[in-house]
Formats: sequence, C-alpha cells, structure tokens
Amino acid sequence: MPEATIPFKSTDFNERVHTRHRIGMFMSALFFGATIFSLIVLLTLLVDVAIKGVSWLDWTFLSNYPSRLPERAGIKSAIVGSLWMIVLTAVISVPIGVASAVFLEEYAPRNWFFRLVQLNIANLAGVPSVIYGILGLAFFVRFMALERSLMAGALTMALLILPVIIISTQEALRAVPQGIRESAFALGATRSQVIWSHLLPIAAPGIMTGVILSLSRAIGETAPLIMIGALSFVAFVPHSVMDGFTVLPIQIFNWTARPQADFRHLAAAAIIVLMVILLCMNLSAILLRNYFERYRPW
Amino acid sequence: MDLAQIENPLVSMEADRPGSTPPVDLSGNVFHSPRERIIAIILGACALVSIVTTLIIAGVLIYESIGFFSAVSIKDFLTETQWTPQFYEKHFGIWPLVVGTLLVTIIAAVVAIPLGLASAIYIGEYARARVRAWLKPGLELLAGVPTVVYGYFALTFVTPLLQHVIPGLNVYNALSAGIVVGIMIIPMVASLSEDALHAVPRSMAEGAYALGATKIEVTLRILVPGALSGIVASFILAISRAIGETMIVTLAAGATPILTFNPLHSIQTMTAYIVSISMGDIAQGTIEYRTIFAVALLLFLMTLAMNLLATAIIRRFQERY
Repeated sequence: MPEATIPFKSTDFNERVHTRHRIGMFMSALFFGATIFSLIVLLTLLVDVAIKGVSWLDWTFLSNYPSRLPERAGIKSAIVGSLWMIVLTAVISVPIGVASAVFLEEYAPRNWFFRLVQLNIANLAGVPSVIYGILGLAFFVRFMALERSLMAGALTMALLILPVIIISTQEALRAVPQGIRESAFALGATRSQVIWSHLLPIAAPGIMTGVILSLSRAIGETAPLIMIGALSFVAFVPHSVMDGFTVLPIQIFNWTARPQADFRHLAAAAIIVLMVILLCMNLSAILLRNYFERYRPW
Repeated sequence: MDLAQIENPLVSMEADRPGSTPPVDLSGNVFHSPRERIIAIILGACALVSIVTTLIIAGVLIYESIGFFSAVSIKDFLTETQWTPQFYEKHFGIWPLVVGTLLVTIIAAVVAIPLGLASAIYIGEYARARVRAWLKPGLELLAGVPTVVYGYFALTFVTPLLQHVIPGLNVYNALSAGIVVGIMIIPMVASLSEDALHAVPRSMAEGAYALGATKIEVTLRILVPGALSGIVASFILAISRAIGETMIVTLAAGATPILTFNPLHSIQTMTAYIVSISMGDIAQGTIEYRTIFAVALLLFLMTLAMNLLATAIIRRFQERY
C-alpha cells in the first residue's frame, strides 16, 4: 500500500488555539466583572443608606409628624399616606386591569382592533411617569376638580400601573392549558363560568405576582405625585379620600433636596423604611410564585 | 314561542321518580343570555380604559400646547438657544432642555449598554445554574429600587465620590446623574438582551462548537449576531426609559437650563423642568403653566417614537429560525 500523502504539514497551521482560549477566559472574566459591578453598586447603596440612616431610625421617627427640627421630624403622615395610596390604587386598578386582560385574552376577536389595543398598552407601559403626572394634574386635579387629594393621586397611580397589570394578567391567562377551557365548555359551562371558576383561580398566582410587583412600583413612584401636588409638609393623617396627603417617596425627596446633613440622614432613615416595605412586598411575590409552582392545582 | 315554556318530557320523567333531585331547567340559551352579554360588555368597557387613557394624554398635551404655541411661535421654540420662561425677559428655546436630556441619556447609555449586554451574556451563557439563581434576583432587586432612592444615592454618594476624582466638580452635574441613570437601566438591558440571546436556537451554537469554535467565539459571532434585533431593541427601550427618568435628574443634575455639552456642569433636563415648575405654585392658564405641556408633548413624542422603533425593529428584523 502506498504511503498516504499528507497534503499539509503541521507548520502550515497557525496554532492559535491557546491564544483563543486565553482570550475567551479574559472575556469571561470581563463579563463576570460587569455583572458583579451592578450588584456591588446595589450593595454599596444599601450599606451607605443603612450606615447614614439607622441611628435616626427609632419610634419617635415612625410616630412623629414632619418638623422643622430634624430631631423631632418623623414620617407618620408619610407612612399613613403611602398605605392609603397603595390600597386605593389597588382597589381601582386591579379590577379594571384584570377585566381588561380577560376581555383581550378570552373575548376579543384577533383583528386589527385587538392589535391596536395591544400596541397601545405596550406603549402606555413605556410612557414616562412624569407624563402620567401631567395627565393627573390636568385631568383629575383640574378638570374633574378632585383638587390635590388622595383620590386624584390614586387615580393617576392606577392608570400608571394599569398596563403592567394587564400585561402580566394576559401572560398568566395564556399559561393556562387550553384543555381546561375546552373541558369546562364541554361540560356546558358558559364563558363567564369558565373564566370565573376555572381560569381566574388557576391564573391567580401569576396575576397576584404581577399585581404585587406593579404595586411595589407604585409605592416608590414620586414624580407623578409631585406633579399632582402632593404636599411636602403634612402634619395630619388623611381621614378621607378627598384629603391632602404626602407619601414616603415625597418625604424622602423633600429631605434629600435640603442641604443640611441632618435632613439627609432623615432621608436615609425614611429610605430604610421604604426599602423594608418594598422588600416585604417583593418577598411575598417570590414566595407566592414558588408556593404555587410547587403545588399546581392542575 | 318561548322555548322555556315548552314542557320538557325528560324533566317531567325525572320529577316522577321518587327521591330524585329536583329538576333543573336546562332549556333556554344560557350561552347568549343577557347576563353573559352584560359581562362581556363590562369587560370590554374595562379594556377601553387603556385606549381612553392614551386619548386623554394626547388630548391634554395637544390642547394646552396649542395654547402655548399661539403665544410662542414654533420657530422660536425650535431655534432659540435660551430657556428662560420664569425671567422677566422670556425666551422659549427648547434646546437647553433637550441637550441636557441628551447629555444625561448619552452618559447613561455609555454606562448601561456595555454593562447590561455583558451581564446578559454572563447570566445567559456563562453562569452556572446556582450562580444564576443568585444573580437574576439581584438584578431584579436593582430594578425595583425606587428612582428617588437612586436620586439620593447620586447626590449624596456618587457626586462626593466624583468630586474626589475631579476637583472643582459642581454639586449638581450631568455626569453623576447620568451614571446613576445608567445603573438604573442596566437590569432592563440585561433582562431583555438575555431573552433575545435565549431565543437563538441551540443547534446554531452547537454547529459552531462542532467546527471548533471556542465559547467566546460562539457567543460573539453566533449568538449575539443572531439575537441582534432583540439586543438593539433592548438598548432603545432602555434609552427611552433614561429620557423619561425624572427623580434622579431632579435631585442630582441641577436646575440650570444652559446649552452645554460639558458633563461636569449643572444642567436641567426636560423632565426636571416639568417637576420644578409644578412644585412652585403657578397659576393655571399662564404661559409658564403651559410650557410644561409643550415640553411634555415633546418628551411624549420622543419616547413614543423610540418605543415604536423598538417594536418595529423586533418585528422587521427578527430572525425566524
């Protein structure tokens, strides 16, 4: 047998494979560094706020009204205002948002109008929050004459988070297996019965996760409420939805904007309270998701 | 004749049997009953709320802007270089606010695009499952921090830090605000880009591996080009978010509408101007009150154009595998 001729010698190859792997390792380290950078910033932010604010955080801080004297200032009106705001916003936006999503997913024919509504919702989700503030100022505060009340603020906030609730509810409904609908219809259930007793209970964890996350966005939102004229110095607790109000983010903004160091420390203390509330909300969303992922009802 | 009035023989048979459950009237068209129709109408009305919201936003902005532009010519608005609505000598040139907004947005993009894309690649391609289980919630947490907290961070931490590096830096400056806005939008770039990378079929990556490509080559030459439309869309959406960001720039970038590209200078963005006017008690119907609607209309059109562009890019350039 003739010796096989090898058409090329090993020196013909430019053996770059080590270099290429080295480049790969360098790049992966770079990617890792970039990812860690964001988390380090987050950690820095939290530690910085904790160090500056924790010594101001005591019972007087939680139970006092704002004051010109830093050592007497507190966030009672802001906490109560934020709670009012979040409950009112949820009461307005959750039914409308879930109903919209149910209509779009279960009723609406897939025509040009459906696509227009979908595109409109996607764009509303991208509208800057300050523009919702302008809407609230011109329409709710002035046109509907709600004045600078909790109601005007909650309506503005509800419109702001509506797209997020609609989108997450639609996703939750889409994740319900088609067989559930078909078997319920086969047993003679009407459309509303299918939705009420099958789709909504099954999609509930997904819907609730979306609702909690959107409400946690609303509780930290500042610009729209400044626009509609939430007050920055409130020495009373609102008793009805037509009362003036302040919320935690506005109190934080107000104290941060002052040059004195003591007020900035108060802002840090208020940030700790806000972040703890947010953390509890996010944690409950995650736990809810995990719980229902483990115990799927179907 | 009403169907329900006809006596159903099955029902009467059932009723004759002793001890059976009482008869159920199954006649009548329940599927299209008034009750069902009313429910459908109510749900449809709720779905209209989002359309009405858009119409009200557009209506309010256009109505008040017409009032503004009847007092100030569009030419002055677009060509003058001074923005002094509250001074005795009023000028209504929008450029200082637009340039301030662009300055902050460009700085934010320079921070967020490389870091966000690198995070997406690391989380999507490199990180092991256990590491990813920590990194993703971490980024979600970063995305959940309220913007007023970022504003506090920019003003009381980042700016003093920068002042150590750059002596003589103004307390209010575009650089610090831009960096923090950039950090704020990193999670958005990362999560949207990761989704796009994830949508590229594995078989393409495996084909490249089979030809002897290294991991970094597969990532940068197969996955990133394959996901390019989604990645670019994520950049545009994040930039649109940066343009509309309000609290960080209100707290950290200052309140001086000056036409400058110097990031060390105090500036004012469009959003910060809107907030600063609404905090003062300006009477309805005055020209100062109307400026915020004209500025907001421009802001709305800018973000709307970018959001539509992102949607169009995804639809037009999406690779179908």
